[in-house]
Amino acid sequence: MSDPNLNYIKELSGGDVEFEKKIVTILKEELPVEIHAYFKHFRNQDFIKTAEIVHKIKHKISILGLEKGCQIANLYEQKLREEKTEGNQRFEILLEQMTLFLKKVTL
Amino acid sequence: MKKCILIDDDASARLIIQQLIIKTENLEIVGEFENAIEAIKYLNENTVDVIFLDIHMPTFSGFDFIKTLKTPPNIILVTSDRNFALDAFEYNCVVDYLVKPIAYERFQKALNKLASVKIKPEVSKENTNSKTEDKLYVNIDRRLVKIHIPDIYLIEAKGDYINIKTEGKNYIVHSTLKKIENKLPEEIFIKVHRSFIINFNKIIDIEDNSVLIKQDIIPVSRSNRSELMRRLNLL
Repeated sequence: MSDPNLNYIKELSGGDVEFEKKIVTILKEELPVEIHAYFKHFRNQDFIKTAEIVHKIKHKISILGLEKGCQIANLYEQKLREEKTEGNQRFEILLEQMTLFLKKVTL
Repeated sequence: MKKCILIDDDASARLIIQQLIIKTENLEIVGEFENAIEAIKYLNENTVDVIFLDIHMPTFSGFDFIKTLKTPPNIILVTSDRNFALDAFEYNCVVDYLVKPIAYERFQKALNKLASVKIKPEVSKENTNSKTEDKLYVNIDRRLVKIHIPDIYLIEAKGDYINIKTEGKNYIVHSTLKKIENKLPEEIFIKVHRSFIINFNKIIDIEDNSVLIKQDIIPVSRSNRSELMRRLNLL
């Protein structure tokens, strides 16, 4: 599986550093909040809310260039909507990867 | 210059659309909303040419939002989910369906589609002549009883009967909600549930999935909620 990267953001920015900073700031601010919500809903076995938050995180996965990660999140979201938790570990590894990557990113 | 608004609960998604629009020449963002309700309020007082709309939003989805628009402008759907593509094109106003993350080339293609869309004709006003009467005669015990329509605040389906509640009296009539619905002015009455029609002017308040009308708490079904929201004069 590929590593998180800023390729999409760079492509979109066309050198607009302000945009790059803004979007990375949003990702850095929102992702931890969403991860916290994910684990809370997961612990409470609230499948619908967990699926909703996975859906929201999915967009961030795609922004960070994780194509395979998007597929993992898609399948996991579907499973959650069927009230199954299959695929949670692979998804949670993604969350770790993204968190570590965003911690290192400086623009 | 075409005026557009963005509706997406995700700030990063809105920022990306902004960035894509900056690169184009004939689009101007006049509003950004993180939920559909705020956008409905805006559209009650403003018109736009294009809406970039997320489908998957908490409580009020993009499709619910479209149903609230009487004369919708052109809409470009933006979503992380490919599964809604077929549903999306059931709405005439939907010009394109973009899957996140959106590449610039794909965005440009959507704008080309937008440019080729003909200006929509005004929606013809429905003939409401048959509903302009303010009196309704109902058959009760072989008598035709006159009911002053604006006095009706609630109609409830009860098996083969309907209970028509007015300010002063209730009438149990052998009929269906469908039949009476066709006799009522639609600017005043709204079906909020398969068993209830309410007088829009008599609403006291609305809470999530119910309305308070007089002393009655009436459920609002999910499918009727968007029409109810559309008709509210939201501040």
